[in-house]
Amino acid sequence: MTTQPLLSVRGLQAWYGRAHILTGVDLVVGRGEVVALMGRNGAGKTTTLKAIMGLLDRRAGSVTFDGRDVSALPPHRIARLGLGYVPEDRRVFTDLTVEENLEVGRQPPRDGAPHWTPDRLYALFPNLAEMRGRRGGRMSGGEQQMLTLARTLMGNPSLLLLDEPSEGLAPRIVQQMADALRALKAEGLSILVSEQNLAFAAAVADRASVIEKGQIRFEGPMRTLLEDEAVRRAYLAV
Amino acid sequence: MSRRLAVENLQRAFGGVQAVRGVSFVLGAGEVLALIGPNGAGKTTCFNLLNGQLRPDAGTVRLDGVDIVGLPPRRIWRMGVGRTFQITATFASMTVRENVQMVLLSVHRRLFGLWNPAAAGFRDEAMALLERVGMGAQAERPCGVLAYGDLKRVELAMALAGDPKVLLMDEPTAGMAPGERQELMALTSSLVRERGLAVLFTEHDMDVVFGHATRIIVLDRGQLIAEGTPDAVRADPRVQAVYLGGAA
Amino acid sequence: MSFYLVQFLSGLATAATLFLVSSGLTIVFGVTRIVNFAHGSFYMLGAYLGWTLVERWGSTPLGFWGAVAASALAVGLLGALMEVGLLRRLYRSPELFQLLATFGVVLVVQDAASWIWGSEDLLGRRAPGLRGSVDILDQPFPLYDLVLIGLGPLVLGLLWLLFNRTRWGTLVRAATQDRDMASALGVDPARLFTGVLFLGSALAGLGGALQVPREAVNLHMDMAIVVEAFVVVVVGGMGSLTGAFVASLLIGQLQAFGILVFPQITLVLVFLFMAVVLVIRPYGLLGRAEDAPPTAASPGPPLVAAAGAARWAPALLLALLAAVPLVAGDYALIVLTEVVILALLAASLHLLIGLGGLVSFGHAAYFGLGAYGAALLVKHFAAPMPLALAAAPLVAGLGALAAGWFCVRRSGLYFAMLTLAFAQIVWSVTFQWYGVTGGDNGILGVWPPDWAAGKAAYYWLTLALAGGALLLLRRAAFAPFGYTLRAGRDSTLRAESVGIDVRRHQWLSFALAGSAAGLAGGLYAFSKGSVFPTLMAVPVSVDALVMVLMGGIQTLSGPVVGAALFHLLETEAMSRTDWWRLVLGAIILVLVLAFPKGVAGFVRDLWTRGRDA
Repeated sequence: MTTQPLLSVRGLQAWYGRAHILTGVDLVVGRGEVVALMGRNGAGKTTTLKAIMGLLDRRAGSVTFDGRDVSALPPHRIARLGLGYVPEDRRVFTDLTVEENLEVGRQPPRDGAPHWTPDRLYALFPNLAEMRGRRGGRMSGGEQQMLTLARTLMGNPSLLLLDEPSEGLAPRIVQQMADALRALKAEGLSILVSEQNLAFAAAVADRASVIEKGQIRFEGPMRTLLEDEAVRRAYLAV
Repeated sequence: MSRRLAVENLQRAFGGVQAVRGVSFVLGAGEVLALIGPNGAGKTTCFNLLNGQLRPDAGTVRLDGVDIVGLPPRRIWRMGVGRTFQITATFASMTVRENVQMVLLSVHRRLFGLWNPAAAGFRDEAMALLERVGMGAQAERPCGVLAYGDLKRVELAMALAGDPKVLLMDEPTAGMAPGERQELMALTSSLVRERGLAVLFTEHDMDVVFGHATRIIVLDRGQLIAEGTPDAVRADPRVQAVYLGGAA
Repeated sequence: MSFYLVQFLSGLATAATLFLVSSGLTIVFGVTRIVNFAHGSFYMLGAYLGWTLVERWGSTPLGFWGAVAASALAVGLLGALMEVGLLRRLYRSPELFQLLATFGVVLVVQDAASWIWGSEDLLGRRAPGLRGSVDILDQPFPLYDLVLIGLGPLVLGLLWLLFNRTRWGTLVRAATQDRDMASALGVDPARLFTGVLFLGSALAGLGGALQVPREAVNLHMDMAIVVEAFVVVVVGGMGSLTGAFVASLLIGQLQAFGILVFPQITLVLVFLFMAVVLVIRPYGLLGRAEDAPPTAASPGPPLVAAAGAARWAPALLLALLAAVPLVAGDYALIVLTEVVILALLAASLHLLIGLGGLVSFGHAAYFGLGAYGAALLVKHFAAPMPLALAAAPLVAGLGALAAGWFCVRRSGLYFAMLTLAFAQIVWSVTFQWYGVTGGDNGILGVWPPDWAAGKAAYYWLTLALAGGALLLLRRAAFAPFGYTLRAGRDSTLRAESVGIDVRRHQWLSFALAGSAAGLAGGLYAFSKGSVFPTLMAVPVSVDALVMVLMGGIQTLSGPVVGAALFHLLETEAMSRTDWWRLVLGAIILVLVLAFPKGVAGFVRDLWTRGRDA
């Protein structure tokens, strides 16, 4: 075990077309840690995750993953280093069945990261097991969200970038999602999860970083954020 | 306060998913009405139903008492409903001034001229509108290279060029710096007073919503769940639960 | 009864070849989103390679089928090579430049094939063991065709297994739907694309090699098949394999029976069928909206009316051009007359592409309609030249008004295919309506009267008329008409929401562009003294497209520069070498890779950069 964090982001900037969305984001995720990236709609949470993953045309700053600079790599190379990305808008392959969606995500086993097979994932997400042959387009939003997560896990990532997993889901599904994330953490997976829902974040995360208008404004243990009403008012609430 | 827009029982489904279910509200001249709600609540769909981009499955939209459901966007625009878009839609191959002139040419139905340069038509009117939104200095720049916030202001000038009675603004300040947001909304409010406009806008920035709306309606999963003054909406426990989230 | 059955079976055999080729096209399009005109060239190469290998090994069944398989593999490798060497550099270029690049490959392959195999038709050996025919209800039917009929469904089945039962196929389907997401899951899109190009091209090569025993191999196979394959793909729905299969069957039958029912208009039928399908089902039989290709042209920087000294450049150029007859000989004047005419043709197409974002694959139709309009008046009514020249833009404009009404209802590639369909319909009518148009023999004796007969006089006349039309097009581009057209292209959403009827405006622009092309056609008819159906054939549409793209679509001078450059290059290359297509194709490839904005755009960028610095 090294003392070096698993993911370290320094001065990350990103643009969407001409809009300068991130003006300098600094983030750290340690091994085995779950970090919540909090912030209001439009604060830059999704952009941060996409920029880390190399999915934006224009970005600047440094992203170090597992000791390697990945800031100039294309997404598929970053993914093959063990960084798993779960998008907010689900983006399941709607023409592909559940099994095929999982197959797309499959990568060889990786040292230092849990190894996933379809059977292990079906055990974790029993819903999916019942619909292996169903096409992604014929699933409900909650089922799609589970599938997207399972699909990324097939790549045996050591760090998961999870974009707003609770958004638009019914409370019961949100509960299942939180359980799943805790189970993943128990497996030793590190997670960076972007979230608006404080209750959800509090249920899964060790630490929080609060982003507002393209920069990190608060960084500290989840507990501190829960107790610090001023920060909550300033960056999260009304 | 005269009633401009009256929306009744608006419904729209996409492939079995009911995106907008039974939305009703009214909008009067001089009002700045905010439509808020979580992502995917149906706000943009509502806008598209109002300006004719989408056809509702059921319900009526009356503009000054005239039912406008089923009319194409260009007809609804000519009747006085202007719109700015969530993702800015300007004419990227034209300069800022030409964008506004384009709208003015359309207003005056001069779209088919083959000989006289378009850039000479309604130049002063276009410049006046651009000055009004603070884009006078950038009038000759191509729209394709503008900063996002500036594009939003060009959009506003284009919408004003149509001399609308009702203005629909879909996330007018998204992508702007905090100072710019307040500025743009202050501008909008003063235009409302000057011209007796009726404005309906969506917005995620709560500072903007609570700072500038005269009234707020809250949409969740296609339904209106609250309506009232900013203070009343802020205090509504249902709004707290669905929108402002566990954070409050 | 038995006759019809045989006819039905031969339709099935045609369908099998059609499916092989179009399945490759649809697979390549589905994943790369590139409209690959070189696909027909791969088919032709498959046929030539197949011919050579079958001549060498084809005396035994094993040798014959080995030769067919080897040809397909070799062509597949060429396709992969094209992906790595060319397309990969262009994925981020405008789609039009990808198209232009594949045109370049078409030209290069044409001459390469002609250099290797000569221009004579090559008759291949029959397949050993399948030379005879079987009697089907007392009618003989070739055994080989029966094998082909079986091959169609077999390949469909194999492709289905490949795409649905292998990891590679699953990844391809995933990348087809969402390239970025697949890449975020660790899938390397570049390698996948190389593989897809290999597969698609190998299918085209297979289709070509299988034709060797059925028809003579020649240098015209490429364009003929690619146009048909596009029709199949569009009718079936872009990106749908099953759709391509169904469409192949339908079109195969249409051809087999069409010849019985409407012998006069067999050529029209297929395109008429496509037009009807597209009007009823906008995305083809099994296509879906989300698979539709995006609209072609992306908005460029503002058009800037020249200021200062540059404002007088067109007038100066006109004066210079008008003075040319004082110094130049007849040959130079003939070439220059053609350049001026083609400049008008290109500028009229640029109105659609550059300002409207409407890529027409069939602009030659209006050039041809103008030419024929004028020639028919001269031939049947002994009309004087001024009247004939006045009729040219009118006839073409009316034709464009009729065709445009349908075409502007669709956008992007579907628009392009509809324009192609109408051009092919006009071409086939001209080609087959012997009594009126003289068919293949064309119309001769369309000469100017004495006062305009001299090369210099006709050149001046052309310069005046075409120059006037060019001026009008230029004014229109800067006038509200052109601005409105651009507004519709930049953002249809915004245009419609500020009161612009985008479709109607595009329709009128289509008519205006058509009548300008018609004037060019009329002038061309009198400059040559004759007209032929080739004037409205696909190659002329392609030439016009190349001129516009060469010059760059983002400037108004682009098409004029492009026309001059293209025609002079072509004339020069033709006079110096037999391999002018090779030269031209190579130049296009270099231009595409070096100047993704076109030549005029490149020069203007240099100019602005120099000024800003």
